[in-house]
Amino acid sequence: MSYIIEIENLTKDYEVGFWKKKKVRALDGLNLRVESGQIFGFLGGNGAGKTTTIKILMSLIFPTAGSAKILGKDISDTKIHSRIGYCPENPYFYDYLKASELMNYFGELFGFDSATRKRKTAELLTKVGLDEKDWNKQLRKFSKGMLQRVGLAQSLINDPEIVFLDEPMSGLDPIGRREIRELIAGLREKGVTVFMSTHILSDIEALCDNVAILNKGKLSATGNLNDLLQQSGERQSFEINVKGVTAEALKNEISQIPGASINSKANGANIQVLEETDIDKVLQIVREKGGTLVSIQPVKQSLEELFVAKTN
Amino acid sequence: MNQENSVRISISNTIRSIALNTFREAVRDRVLYNLVVFVLLITACAIFLGDLTAGQEPRVIVNLGLSAMLIFGAFISIFVGVSLVSKEIEKRTVFAIFAKPIGRGEFIVGKYLGLCLTLLINVLVMGIGVSLALWYVEGGALVGSIWGTIVLIFLQLTILTAVAILFSSFSSPALSALLAFFVFVIGNFSASLKDLATHLGSSGAKIFFGIIYYLLPNLAHFSFITNAANNETPPAAMLGGAFLYAVVYNIILISLTVLIFSRRNFK
Repeated sequence: MSYIIEIENLTKDYEVGFWKKKKVRALDGLNLRVESGQIFGFLGGNGAGKTTTIKILMSLIFPTAGSAKILGKDISDTKIHSRIGYCPENPYFYDYLKASELMNYFGELFGFDSATRKRKTAELLTKVGLDEKDWNKQLRKFSKGMLQRVGLAQSLINDPEIVFLDEPMSGLDPIGRREIRELIAGLREKGVTVFMSTHILSDIEALCDNVAILNKGKLSATGNLNDLLQQSGERQSFEINVKGVTAEALKNEISQIPGASINSKANGANIQVLEETDIDKVLQIVREKGGTLVSIQPVKQSLEELFVAKTN
Repeated sequence: MNQENSVRISISNTIRSIALNTFREAVRDRVLYNLVVFVLLITACAIFLGDLTAGQEPRVIVNLGLSAMLIFGAFISIFVGVSLVSKEIEKRTVFAIFAKPIGRGEFIVGKYLGLCLTLLINVLVMGIGVSLALWYVEGGALVGSIWGTIVLIFLQLTILTAVAILFSSFSSPALSALLAFFVFVIGNFSASLKDLATHLGSSGAKIFFGIIYYLLPNLAHFSFITNAANNETPPAAMLGGAFLYAVVYNIILISLTVLIFSRRNFK
């Protein structure tokens, strides 16, 4: 199998202190492989080594030991940067430039002609939801959320095959987060690999196929998100919201389904089942009692527990 | 996907883009506002000096104008020069830049040339200002003699900029500015430094000052302001020698900067 990212024994020590230098290990022998075409979640607490890993992959810092390849090429080869995108954590750009000028400048660095730069600027700033009236505003007047959107737009200017997003939801309001989530999901549909570090577990649940969890610079778990959850002894459940019927009226029939539970809510009920096949049974009971379906959603309630278990 | 990525990214285009962006930064950060002060100074000289300097106004304008050009330029070279790279690191703008297909060497060269372009515009506008003032007070007889000196001033400023960038690649902006200022002062008195090395009794001191003399740029090669005020133009050999000296010295300084900068971690 070919991997788009291959990390071998990656280690990074930082020297701290002024007179008496002391080494602090930020990353400790990381081994990781990421397949192409997926959204890969990179999890870990503060100081776990996520940003250090991404910075090494971007050649912003140099590893103390180990090696890494992106798209089959060693990370020291900056030519691969023409095929990758990167949005740093809390992105900060030249604040004397306007959003459109920044996009144009970055387009120049990729060697695009003027017409292409103009087209891509309009296309991407629209895609990340930046209001057209803000395109010609200097970045020093931008809010954190607006800068985050510009950061995402610039990371896609070269139509990358893989994009590295360091805390992409940081600073965004709930609507912004939903829009960016949709944008990231859209990248996967176009075959772009997304390597995303985030603290927001609901984003990982909603988007990621595979994840890696870092703890104090070491890899503590990696693999398919569902497999990891199952291995940790927890199971995925499904939440069914219905209206037009009370929990009291459904209680007896629902209790016949193994593992199912029901709670009352305004104008309806909330039912949880463990198996996907039980969804039909629930819907049949609800219809018989005169109720209608509002929503069905998978719930991986154990990701938080898995995260806590792997980082403690 | 990626058809457009096949566009050849040429090094010269990358350097040009970085240089022009650096120039734009200087303009938007109001670096060229010093020209307003300069123009006011020269205008005041042209209008008021006539009463004070009986027939010497052109000489005074040349002396004052070119010296101000050198001092203003040195301030820009040192203070903008030391912040060129350090500001990018401190504000973390380098993160997005180095994720693009550009080398650290191209970045340094682009930033350096961008500031040189700013200085060039600065000395050109100032040169025009001094020429207009001379034309106003004496019909322009000295105008022809100042432009060779202006070229020398610009070359001196390119060296000072390279010195400032070199220091800022490994030390703090404040310390870099201080060191670059020392180089500017010592470099302009390097002939005295050589005399000092020759006349000192101790051989250790002779070697020490000798090393400093040869290590630091000899900015006296670019000093011609007093001569220009006496209606002299720098000889072609001096201009050619100064040009070569500046090119070689700048290449060495920028290469050293690239070498240091290429090993830096951007935490």
